Amino acid sequence: MKRPGRDEDPDRLYTVTGGRSRSNSDAFDLVTLVVSESQPTPGMQSEHASILRICNAPTAVVEIASDLGLPVSIVRILLGDLHATGRITARHPRTTATAADRLPDPEILKQVLVGLRNL
Amino acid sequence: MDSATSDLTGTRPPLRSTADNGLKIVIVGGFGVGKTTMVRSVSDIRPLNTEETMTRAGEGVDDLTNVESKTTTTIAFDFGRISLNDTTVLYLFGAPGQERFWFLWDRLFTGTLGAVVLVDTRRLADSWYAIDRLEQHGMPFIVASNDFGGPHHSADEVREALDLPEDVPLIDCDARSRESSKEVLITLVNHLYRLSFSARENAP
Repeated sequence: MKRPGRDEDPDRLYTVTGGRSRSNSDAFDLVTLVVSESQPTPGMQSEHASILRICNAPTAVVEIASDLGLPVSIVRILLGDLHATGRITARHPRTTATAADRLPDPEILKQVLVGLRNL
Repeated sequence: MDSATSDLTGTRPPLRSTADNGLKIVIVGGFGVGKTTMVRSVSDIRPLNTEETMTRAGEGVDDLTNVESKTTTTIAFDFGRISLNDTTVLYLFGAPGQERFWFLWDRLFTGTLGAVVLVDTRRLADSWYAIDRLEQHGMPFIVASNDFGGPHHSADEVREALDLPEDVPLIDCDARSRESSKEVLITLVNHLYRLSFSARENAP
């Protein structure tokens, strides 16, 4: 099994993103769940097409990065492209009741506890 | 799932179509302390590996003439996942505790519910740095002491060696055991619940 990205030729990463090194959207958390809203089309960049296939079922950003063998930051850029054109939707994590809260919402923690106890 | 997709995702089962809330817990610890073992013990999927790179100094500047002044930090981490119910999916990350990792903490682990510091009692000093950094980040955590079959250390001894505040839970575990690893996660989430509940009670 190949260690994703480790021996990656930097030129390839540069090509994949068209030379962009950071995404505008830190909107994609590691665990934002991404869902395809369309199928790959002919001529589409292969990484974009792969993401659309992977995300037939909800898939976390970090899983996509692992599947593609690309660093998370590169995947965020690719997801930004697809999101901007409406080809994917993003289900962002909800951990706090209000944006100002520093600690997770007790109601969400309760759900997590129930889920863990039922494992 | 069509074959083109399974080429990409291997044997990983897809999440339910209703899954809409991904949560994070991070297991931090030194090399060989059992992070991946613990992730594997409780994960629904075989642990996956990915990495993140960060270019420091001149980050975000697409100036190729400046390329030599940049340093690139690469961090590899493992993760697994647990579907908790129809909508909620818990992702567990095994993260190296070494210094360069913490440069990426904000980018990767903002919004993490809490952390487990996994320690080997034979090498407690390895976890000092991680505990310091979690405290600095204000990230709630517990300490789980993985049983490597060495001489037993009392909880008080471990607590003292780690200079661990009284209110931080400390438990023994066997990262190879699903039940034990599950208990570690439950201990963490109970701790978070108490913190969150009392913060709410004390809110103005």
